Amino acid sequence: MPVEIIEPGLATSIQDLGRQGFYNVGIPPSGAVDRYAAIAANILVGNGSGEAVFESTYMGPKLCFTEPSVVAVTGAQAPVFINGTAAPSWESLQVAAGDVLSFGIFTGGARIYIAVAGGLNVPIVLGSRSHYALGAIGGFKGRNLLAGDSIPIGQLAGTPGRAVPEDMRPVHSREVDVRIVLGLYDFRLSENGLSALIDKPWQLTTVADRIGFRYAGNTLEWVPREQPFGAGSDPSNITDAPYPVGSIQVPAGTEPIILHRDAVSGGGYAQVGTVISADMDLVGQSSPGTKTRFRPVSIDEALDARKKYMDRQRKLIQLW
Amino acid sequence: MAIHEVQSPIPGIFYRRPSPDQPEFFNIGDTVSAGDTIGLVEVMKQFAEIKAGADGVITAFHVDSEAIIGPGDLIASIQTGA
Repeated sequence: MPVEIIEPGLATSIQDLGRQGFYNVGIPPSGAVDRYAAIAANILVGNGSGEAVFESTYMGPKLCFTEPSVVAVTGAQAPVFINGTAAPSWESLQVAAGDVLSFGIFTGGARIYIAVAGGLNVPIVLGSRSHYALGAIGGFKGRNLLAGDSIPIGQLAGTPGRAVPEDMRPVHSREVDVRIVLGLYDFRLSENGLSALIDKPWQLTTVADRIGFRYAGNTLEWVPREQPFGAGSDPSNITDAPYPVGSIQVPAGTEPIILHRDAVSGGGYAQVGTVISADMDLVGQSSPGTKTRFRPVSIDEALDARKKYMDRQRKLIQLW
Repeated sequence: MAIHEVQSPIPGIFYRRPSPDQPEFFNIGDTVSAGDTIGLVEVMKQFAEIKAGADGVITAFHVDSEAIIGPGDLIASIQTGA
């Protein structure tokens, strides 16, 4: 039944579409940071779109199947191998007992998603199977996978031979435009500060994980102010406020951090903007060194982009 | 004579020293064995060892220490014997 982890890669965890409804008490949504890819992997193998899958960052794991199964790999561009022989991604593949799934060096993107027919059958915690590292809950035993782990799989024969059409497979670039809505605290930036944020490119640093993505390259200038009651002394400090997923904070004005799906729910840094929900997958597939421009859009444009993104998801789910 | 090219499997910061106060693992002209560590790549607070991957002599490093590298980037060239 189970899938055995021979090598875990750098950071492989189990994620579904997330844990909704607890951010107000500090439990973030978690779930796949590239939702489109996780949904695609699931529907390829015949699962519902929200089953738990493997999410591997920067490097694939090496897995062994202990019984015949159907598997699909999506997300980052990476060579896929079954028993050392090249196999396609974005397609569902029949595997036999004893088959070993492994990966080559990623050529684009940061995270691959591996779905197995029947889903990864780990316990549901607060409504989700997603692993949340800081809280040490969900996923497999509340942690990332280690060599020797044996992951239980749900019962489902699966559907080999499906392929997502080429034009529905995102290709990941080392140069991206990320759309943001400015605010709530962009008024804290001077004109030069705002220009440095949106007119100049940033580079993703190596400090990038499911919690946050930290960028470098420019320095933001703030409007002088009198330190408000309850705020820290750094110009980027505010009186504590909630943080939306996707919000951008800039401690000391030097390194913008985009909060992703494992982020804390609040704190004392000014959020100068928020990445629109339609572009959060794109952020999640950025790897260190990715040249990134933050492009401001209106709320209406953000809502329109969200509608188009949801249409793309729906089109994917309706393929089969 | 053949050249073995050492690639980084992951993105991150490349280091040629095991720690800031120690010398480089190897320098150009040094002889290495396949299992020798010639550098480190740091990402997500983890350090991955980059192995030579072949016996031979290091002829070049293609990235500077502390540079950000991408997956598949060329790190070093090793001239293999025979």
